[in-house]
Amino acid sequence: MQWVSGEGSGERVRTVAEFRIEYLRQLSPQGRPLDELPAFAADNDELLKMFAAMLRARTFDAKAVNLQRTGKLGTYAPCLGQEAAHVGVGAAMRPEDCLAIVYREIGTLFWRGVSMTEVLLYWGGDERGNNFAVPRHDFPWCVPIATQTLHAAGAAMAFKIRKEPRCAVAYIGDGGTSEGTFYEAMNLAGARQLPIVFVIVNNKWAISVPIEQQTAAQTLAQKGIAAGIPGMQVDGNDVIAVRDCMSRALENARNGGGPAVIEMMSYRLSDHTTADDASRYRDEAEVAEAWKVEPLVRLRKLLESRGVLDEAREQAMKAQFTREVDAAVQEYLSTPRQSTDAMFDHLYANPPAYLEAQKEIARRYAGTGRPSH
Amino acid sequence: MPKVTMVEAIAMAQAWELAHDPSVVVLGEDVGKSGGVFRATSGLFEKFGADRVQDTPLAENMIAGMCVGMAAQGMRPVAEIQFMGFLYPAVDQIVNHMSRLRHRTRGRLSCPVVIRTPHGGGIHAPEHHSESVESMIAHVPGIRVVCPSSPARAYGLLLASIRDPDPVLFLEPTRIYRLAKQEVADDGVAAPLDVCYILREGEDVTIVTWGAMTIDVLQAAEQLAAQGVSAEVIDLATVSPIDAETILDSVAKTGRLVIVHEAARNCGVGAEIAAIVAEHGLYDLLAPIQRVTGFDTVVPLYRLENDYIPSVARIVDAAKVTLAG
Repeated sequence: MQWVSGEGSGERVRTVAEFRIEYLRQLSPQGRPLDELPAFAADNDELLKMFAAMLRARTFDAKAVNLQRTGKLGTYAPCLGQEAAHVGVGAAMRPEDCLAIVYREIGTLFWRGVSMTEVLLYWGGDERGNNFAVPRHDFPWCVPIATQTLHAAGAAMAFKIRKEPRCAVAYIGDGGTSEGTFYEAMNLAGARQLPIVFVIVNNKWAISVPIEQQTAAQTLAQKGIAAGIPGMQVDGNDVIAVRDCMSRALENARNGGGPAVIEMMSYRLSDHTTADDASRYRDEAEVAEAWKVEPLVRLRKLLESRGVLDEAREQAMKAQFTREVDAAVQEYLSTPRQSTDAMFDHLYANPPAYLEAQKEIARRYAGTGRPSH
Repeated sequence: MPKVTMVEAIAMAQAWELAHDPSVVVLGEDVGKSGGVFRATSGLFEKFGADRVQDTPLAENMIAGMCVGMAAQGMRPVAEIQFMGFLYPAVDQIVNHMSRLRHRTRGRLSCPVVIRTPHGGGIHAPEHHSESVESMIAHVPGIRVVCPSSPARAYGLLLASIRDPDPVLFLEPTRIYRLAKQEVADDGVAAPLDVCYILREGEDVTIVTWGAMTIDVLQAAEQLAAQGVSAEVIDLATVSPIDAETILDSVAKTGRLVIVHEAARNCGVGAEIAAIVAEHGLYDLLAPIQRVTGFDTVVPLYRLENDYIPSVARIVDAAKVTLAG
């Protein structure tokens, strides 16, 4: 910056703060370990489990998009290309930790026990999809951008007050980091040293706005620095690196070491949602480049090099997930619509009496509205 | 004259003002290259460039606050909030500053801002995308709330809103964005604010509504006509301030009033209309006022949304209730 002096003796001008953002990658995009891998990566079964989780999420994702296209699902936000970030975070968390998602993280949700049918119900316009059978304490889908970061900070505050060895994890997208709420959440977390990890999934595009138009900051990870929170970048398409740094950040937070911000560098290979058409604003060549470094490729290559995965085994996994997805779709499609009473149920613990009359009107006129399309 | 949908008319009106008033700037999330998630700014970026049609960073309170700053310094920002559920973060700037800067500075600074946002449900959208909370802002002094019901009205009212010296919340009913095409002259002629529009004249009952519900109310009026009931349909158009005179004149003629809105009933704009008629037209009424509204619940996800939005049958029945006895 030109206006900064940059010169002078240590008495007149001195540096009072410095920061550094490190970037972590464990596997090259070709699946070659760049150094000694973390301990969990020695366990082939564990890596296969993570590979399977990514493949499962991708299989579900493609079906969900297809269901929307054929009029059987509402608007849906695909996760294509971000499976490693989502699965790696899920694998690093403990069941008792608390998750605050946005609207794309099915890889984490599935790992934590949310069912495919629940996900379909939510995007299929049914509130029961937010009523996770497992995990009961996680926050529901969160469409209003960045708002979930404060909920996670609040959860972390509760854990801290009650001295529970639990952490909160807040997802946010690259676009979401422009919202004031995100800074408020980080500031609180830093000031109170809360057990929370902010996971920024930087998929480069906030609908049509590319990251370089969103911010002039060199990294999003450094946004934590202003709140006194260490930040780092990780290759978000490298599930081993994601799980590794996420595990360490959670461990540190769990032991009273305070919050962390992790920016996971990934790419949105899909449209923003099924209501979007990315070809209006995004260069196809850029998408083609991103496909070369997508998350499944490198783990597949590593597992193949270790002799525990081959084409036949992957096809068998895929066939199994397809059957599982199809069964969930059947369950979703055959779930009867809620009655109009559902609009009034769960609105209050102690519903005001006057609502009974409205409930009765809703019943009387049920089905008289314009036809569902 | 081109035949256009409402969403096209909205883009047309913005293009006209961008071309004719150099102080107009269109801004919001994805309004540029993408042309807006509903394409309500389609073609503007290509025609007027990135300075006048700006993709903003993703932050709604920032958008509203920036509009205050720009407007106070002589610009006329026309901002899009992508969905009404995302208006809530902007409410701080709208209520604490935008609507009262003129008043606080005794007219020294003002906020000729238009905040455009989609309104209402019925399009199978995700959570928080189907809100109709016009009464929240209608309650705030110093800002107008406008809601068109047709392509031509959208064109004229948006021009008037942009040219208005004070802030306007401009609500765009999403389920009629593309419902029908209408001939709209792209002539830069504004439609007046602060007045209701009588969409159908009648003698027996007055039905007041606005936005997408006008379509259902007009259908209800047809059905009523078939049953020998003559309904007068009034499109509120400017939701705040309310044109009391047109409504009171109509009620003086018909003696009966039904108010229809999609938003929840409790403290909805319908309550204000009912209060106006109770205060100034009580002796004209031959029957109690009926309100047909959304329920006092969260707008349900889309499987139930058509049971939330008032149906034609509910409107017809309410009109009949005023005629009974």
